[in-house]
Amino acid sequence: MGSSNSSVNNIPNAQELMQETGFSAAHILRLHERFEFLDKHKCGQLRLVDRPTNQPQDFGAVQELALNPIGDSIISAFFSPGQETVDFASFVRILAHFRPTDRNQSRDGAQQEPANSSIRKLKFAFQMYDQDRDGKISRAELLQVLRAMLGIQVTEEQLQSIAERAIQEADLDRDDAISFDEFRKSLEKVDIDHKMSIRFLR
Amino acid sequence: FYLLLIFCGVFFRCLGISIMVWFTLLFVFIIVPAVLGVSLGIRRLYIVTLLKVFEWATSRMEMGAKEKNQQLYKPYSSGIIAKEPPSSWQQEIQDLRGSASCLRSEPEFEMADIFYFCRRGVESIMDDEVTKCFSAQELESWNLLTRSNYNFRHISLRLTVLWGLGVLIRYGVLLPLRVTLAVTGISLLLVLTTLVGLLPNRELKFFLSEKVHLMCYRICVRALTAIITYHNRENKPKNGGICVANHTTPIDVIILANDGCYSMVGQVHGGLMGMIQRAMVRSSPHIWFERSEVKDRHLVAKRLGDHVADKTKQPILIFPEGTCINNTSVMMFKKGSFEIGCTVYPVAIKYDPRFGDAFWNSSKFGMVNYLLRMMSSWAIVCSVWYLPPMNREEGEDAVQFANRVKAAIAAQGGLVDLIWDGGLKRAKVKDAFKEEQQKLYSKVLVGRRESEIKHFQAWRTM
Repeated sequence: MGSSNSSVNNIPNAQELMQETGFSAAHILRLHERFEFLDKHKCGQLRLVDRPTNQPQDFGAVQELALNPIGDSIISAFFSPGQETVDFASFVRILAHFRPTDRNQSRDGAQQEPANSSIRKLKFAFQMYDQDRDGKISRAELLQVLRAMLGIQVTEEQLQSIAERAIQEADLDRDDAISFDEFRKSLEKVDIDHKMSIRFLR
Repeated sequence: FYLLLIFCGVFFRCLGISIMVWFTLLFVFIIVPAVLGVSLGIRRLYIVTLLKVFEWATSRMEMGAKEKNQQLYKPYSSGIIAKEPPSSWQQEIQDLRGSASCLRSEPEFEMADIFYFCRRGVESIMDDEVTKCFSAQELESWNLLTRSNYNFRHISLRLTVLWGLGVLIRYGVLLPLRVTLAVTGISLLLVLTTLVGLLPNRELKFFLSEKVHLMCYRICVRALTAIITYHNRENKPKNGGICVANHTTPIDVIILANDGCYSMVGQVHGGLMGMIQRAMVRSSPHIWFERSEVKDRHLVAKRLGDHVADKTKQPILIFPEGTCINNTSVMMFKKGSFEIGCTVYPVAIKYDPRFGDAFWNSSKFGMVNYLLRMMSSWAIVCSVWYLPPMNREEGEDAVQFANRVKAAIAAQGGLVDLIWDGGLKRAKVKDAFKEEQQKLYSKVLVGRRESEIKHFQAWRTM
């Protein structure tokens, strides 16, 4: 139910955002509606946790996200380290990572890496594993993600062996952790653009 | 000065006559048929005409948009993103693995699997199934109500005139008419049910109370200009059963009670609602709970159970979703009413949003505001399907039974069947759902290995 006089002009910095992220005006409008829906307290920002209960605050309204094994990691990806709120511009910037890559993208050397490039998508996925953002996926972090994905369906030994094998395959410099470059190398054959893109309707 | 006096006299005379004419018309064309249970077909003619007008209005807007070379803001009917259906879930993860195929003794895990979960998670942030259920449906064609118009810039002069006419008719003619009817209906209900309640003779009381209730609901239906089509009336709920239906608006009660007598279940209210509740209870058995009793599930179950066990009492009407949904989907049914163990009569209600959106968005509108909007829409058009009765089967628990009934209602009404709980404001999703997901994922890890073993065995036996 759009308000009849909502237009892109009511959204602050809309033109810059469109330029930066490549979203069209219609997309920005839709995302703004979505942002306003999630922003239950109407304060212009989405909040991370509800202090007394430590439950995910504004993103908690999305029931499907609670079901996702990496749901909490995805939510934290929106918030810069140390921040507990995110405004609309940052919200859109993160979502821009999931735009399909544009073919024939011409960029000169001065331009910044576009938001939806393969590298950015990879970085996002890397962040899902690397919770403490130290640039490496440690064994403990990998185990945590695996446990969330599999729950009680596998035993502790199976879980350990899965993690062990994954690290052995990807860890090239034998430091018992997977850095971003190693992560990237191990995923060379995967069509990242396709797997990490969301089709936006007109 | 004399002229003024004469003028006033004439004016009041006219007013008096017109009011009398008004009421006579009202009486003859609306109240009498309502009392007798007969339909004159005026309402159906009305909606056919309206539909033609709406189509014309939309085509004008499209023409207007084309002239200015702009695009019409298409309604949000399919969402912002194109989502993959969950059945291709497993296929996707398989694809992620690429062509590396070798037998492993342990379940395989690929680092790339995370991509799938990332994408699904972000998709649900942008557009999830639950949110869609709590905002009014958007329409394909404009129905001359400002509340459902998004293309203000494309309205030509002719269209504005038409819209203005529409406003005049709706607020000047229809609204007062409907309000009068509603007031008549409710007062009749109050008075007559109290009178019937005073009768000593039980048989007569039942008979008359049924007639009185039906008559008053018919008047209320006309007060909303509701045009209802009932399907499969042979499956109508019988005594000693529970009738369950999907919930869109409090008006659902009137729609269903128009065609049969039900015992309502609900909390005791104060004010006008309370008066109506007390009056209704005098002539037929309804189940009203005090606020404190609502929390006590055993008490609720016991009262419902007692009512159902008495075969002379009417079927109970319950809305298991517990909250109003916008009529595009059916959400989780609460298992309370399915634990009682009697026959369940499912009913599917589907509203046609073109004439007036019946969905009550309780976070946006209060009750009075909502009723005002209802009474100033064109009409409320809906279809009611009575589904064949269902019983709990052997080995089925209340939750599975509830889901079975929900699926039947969704299939009949053309609604989407969702597992989510409409009553949850903060998502405390059940752990059972999480476990389901985890099971699915672990199967994918092991699944390839199993299918390869089968292949190998099949090859061996050849």
